[in-house]
Amino acid sequence: MLPELSREEILRYSRHLLIPEVGLAGQRKLKASSALVIGTGGLGSPVALYLAAAGVGRLGLVDYDVVDKSNLQRQVVHGTGTLGQLKVESARLRLLDLNPDIQVDAFNEPFTSANAMRIAEPFDILVDGTDNFPTRYLSNDLCVLTGKPNVYAAVFRFEGQASVFYAKEGPCYRCLFPEPPPPGLVPSCADAGVLGVLPGTIGTIQATEAIKMLLGIGSSLVGRLLLYNALDMTFEYVKLKKNPSCKICGPHPEVTRLIDYDAFCGVPGIGHEEGSAGRDWDISATELAERIQHGEKMRLIDVREPHELEISYIAGAELFPLGELASRLPELDSAQEMVVFCKAGTRSRRALELLVSAGFRKVKNLKGGINAWAEEVDLSLPVY
Amino acid sequence: MPIIRIPTPLRSYVNGQGEVPVRGKTVAEVMQDLVAQFPSLRPHLYNSESQLRPFVNLFLGADNVKELQGLETPLNETDTLILIPSIAGG
Repeated sequence: MLPELSREEILRYSRHLLIPEVGLAGQRKLKASSALVIGTGGLGSPVALYLAAAGVGRLGLVDYDVVDKSNLQRQVVHGTGTLGQLKVESARLRLLDLNPDIQVDAFNEPFTSANAMRIAEPFDILVDGTDNFPTRYLSNDLCVLTGKPNVYAAVFRFEGQASVFYAKEGPCYRCLFPEPPPPGLVPSCADAGVLGVLPGTIGTIQATEAIKMLLGIGSSLVGRLLLYNALDMTFEYVKLKKNPSCKICGPHPEVTRLIDYDAFCGVPGIGHEEGSAGRDWDISATELAERIQHGEKMRLIDVREPHELEISYIAGAELFPLGELASRLPELDSAQEMVVFCKAGTRSRRALELLVSAGFRKVKNLKGGINAWAEEVDLSLPVY
Repeated sequence: MPIIRIPTPLRSYVNGQGEVPVRGKTVAEVMQDLVAQFPSLRPHLYNSESQLRPFVNLFLGADNVKELQGLETPLNETDTLILIPSIAGG
């Protein structure tokens, strides 16, 4: 029995009620439905806003971060007034302001194998708006094991992908990507940047797909992957098919319960310090400054992209963008002490691994990158 | 010549190009030509046993080459192979 709409709700949703594909019955269906949004960042912001506005009766939000100023260029569910607050609380307040007739459950915790089943249990559909591979595989596997649709999207700079992975009707995420890339191979938005409006475009597509799935209308992205390029303004689709040897949704599954996704993706667990490639390889900004001050000869290797020098640079550092490092190794001397750095330590960790595998031993990774240098040593530099 | 479309995360390894013309008559041949032209791209596409990494997806038109003839899928001079990356940003 679907819930009735109040007089106020009939007015609120009048533009939906006018569409024959939604109508009163569809709106009541939305009121009875629920969606769990994993991540309240670039994708989660528009998803949560539009699902709330559309009247999806119960929304769950999972995140464990706080609102940072660098989020606001794209994470539009938050605002300057909620800087420093828990993201799930900041988002919950905004959603309830937009639509006080819905229920918003905030889960201020990392989404892990230990809690995912409990958190997801009451929700009809999952919307994957995370920013990391372990959580993407976790969301996928949970949806396959529990029979829920997983509305997927991911973004990078100007490019976005979206699909609906629903193993009952089509392929799952693992059918397309059986294994994650090795850690560090694919840069994150924090390292590579993202056009602020991009997750807005892709997130609203996710919200559209979620609403269609909840209403049971239209042709979904099940079995199709949408590829969007904002720079070229192109939308393309490729066909996705079930992989008969898929380890979770194939006929002979090897994965029958949630696993350790950090281990599966080869990444350190939550709480690891970004920029550490093993303690022995790390040097803090303060220690580096002291050693330079004491006259130690250290070659500073900046592995960021050339345009990042406009934001901040360390005097005397040499630019070796990570993509060029492998081909420019002859320019480096393994007998010389070196410190590699990037913005926050992720790319330089990759550079360090590359250098170590090439036989360099006198090399250190600047922990926390140039941002740590800006916070600890040269306070005139901006943090970005 | 066939073309391989390079996704943004990998463009820094191909001098920033979005599309790279490649020589070859099959998917395997053009991929080998691609990494021969840009050796620093190799570890992103191939593992240490010189096999394509499982997360590398190649599409000819709307079809995954795995659904066609895999690496032996023949290519015409005018074909564009789309490399679809595994990205996680959100």
